[in-house]
Amino acid sequence: MREFQYSRASSVSDAVASGATFIAGGTNLLDLMKHEIMSPGRVVDISRLDLDRIEAEGEGLRIGALVRNSDLAADLRVRRDYPVLSRALLAGASGQLRNMATTGGNLLQRTRCPYFYDTATPCNKRDPGTGCSAIGGVSRMNAVLGVSDACIAAHPSDMAVAMMVLDAVVEVEGPAGTRRIPIGAFYRLPGDTPHIETVLEPGDLITAVLLPAPKPGEHRYRKVRDRASYAFALVSVAAVVRMDGDVIGDAALAFGGLAPMPWRVPAAEAALRGQQPSAALFDRAADLALEGAKPQEGNAFKLPLTRRTLAVTLAEACGLEDMQ
Amino acid sequence: MQTELFINGRVHRLEADARTTLLDALRHHLGLTGTKKGCDHGQCGACTVLVDGRRVNACLTLACMCDGSEITTIEGIGEPGALSPLQSAFIAHDGFQCGYCTPGQICSATAMMDEIAAGWPSHATGDLNAPVTTSAEEIRERMSGNLCRCACYPNIVDAILEVQG
Repeated sequence: MREFQYSRASSVSDAVASGATFIAGGTNLLDLMKHEIMSPGRVVDISRLDLDRIEAEGEGLRIGALVRNSDLAADLRVRRDYPVLSRALLAGASGQLRNMATTGGNLLQRTRCPYFYDTATPCNKRDPGTGCSAIGGVSRMNAVLGVSDACIAAHPSDMAVAMMVLDAVVEVEGPAGTRRIPIGAFYRLPGDTPHIETVLEPGDLITAVLLPAPKPGEHRYRKVRDRASYAFALVSVAAVVRMDGDVIGDAALAFGGLAPMPWRVPAAEAALRGQQPSAALFDRAADLALEGAKPQEGNAFKLPLTRRTLAVTLAEACGLEDMQ
Repeated sequence: MQTELFINGRVHRLEADARTTLLDALRHHLGLTGTKKGCDHGQCGACTVLVDGRRVNACLTLACMCDGSEITTIEGIGEPGALSPLQSAFIAHDGFQCGYCTPGQICSATAMMDEIAAGWPSHATGDLNAPVTTSAEEIRERMSGNLCRCACYPNIVDAILEVQG
């Protein structure tokens, strides 16, 4: 690890004014600093700021940026009203890591693309302009949607996929004041600048994630991975489905493991609304969700895997027992 | 960096580079070598300790960030002649072979039982809003952050189930 200056922020404004790299849970940043993938000169510890509460706000919830993943997953309001979020959190990492990792940090975690981690290989995300080793390389964990010729890294978070399906809003304090960014507008696709992953500017600090009123219906999070626990998603599906008699009244879907950001396709949701659930309908939704996919040889399996994972998730959410 | 740590009921004052992880502080600066370094990247759980009662990976924690915290390591869980119930159960059930992961397993399981007592659900929990019931499946899921290269998992689960009930 490279040397750095460490200090502790005494307030949010103090942290923002520092313009330094923030550390809270540290589970991803310290790992990257040990590999010298990130080498910040100044690290400001924000872990003791007063941002660790979950509070009612309007009809929804305000989740402080420093709320630990384990506390968020166990919160009774989240378990009752936003179960897709509890399920996504519990499907991620290990008990130890969830005790450390924070809500804000989880949103900002970096890709686990093996080439991003291997400093001996070119990587446009780590070293802009050097090339992408994953294209034509080992791509099992990489993205198939939203990719570019410069980068096919996937976003690794489970929590962010649930936040996406719930229409969460990210509250940011920056040098110019407070702003609220819908999570759908928070991440940036790689294009030719894969090292820029969000719309955050230097000095910006996430202070909270806001959840709107609970979405009625069945909440599901289904994650497919290479081992039964403690592994990143190959594919995951977050679904909130409300039945209206025997037709789908409303449906929200978000996908993990497929793209550089949690992936949402409004057209796939629209195709489900007002329709009777069936295998053919779910297949049509999968067609729309996967539109524009650019798989590599090593991750083309994600297309049929997504199709099947979506079908079983929707069947469950719609109460179609015989399809499973 | 000057850091004050309350480890196993004793105050320790540490003078170390800001880069020093809690794991290296325990082992190299304070001589508490019960906590083990496996992967040093948060993937194996060998370095699991309790910080303010919660299990964490000491390898991904900066010692300076723990200033003022209460830390429990395997040395504070029990000692020869005064083993904790979990330590005794690991011996009774042969819950280890080489023993390298054992301090992390026992620290992790100790805190995990508190998490179950607090009603925290897991990925293996069927109903998020019902009381948590203990089962081998729950233990396996909750202990997935602790790897055992000797693959003593069945006996580790049996040992924890004996104490957890």
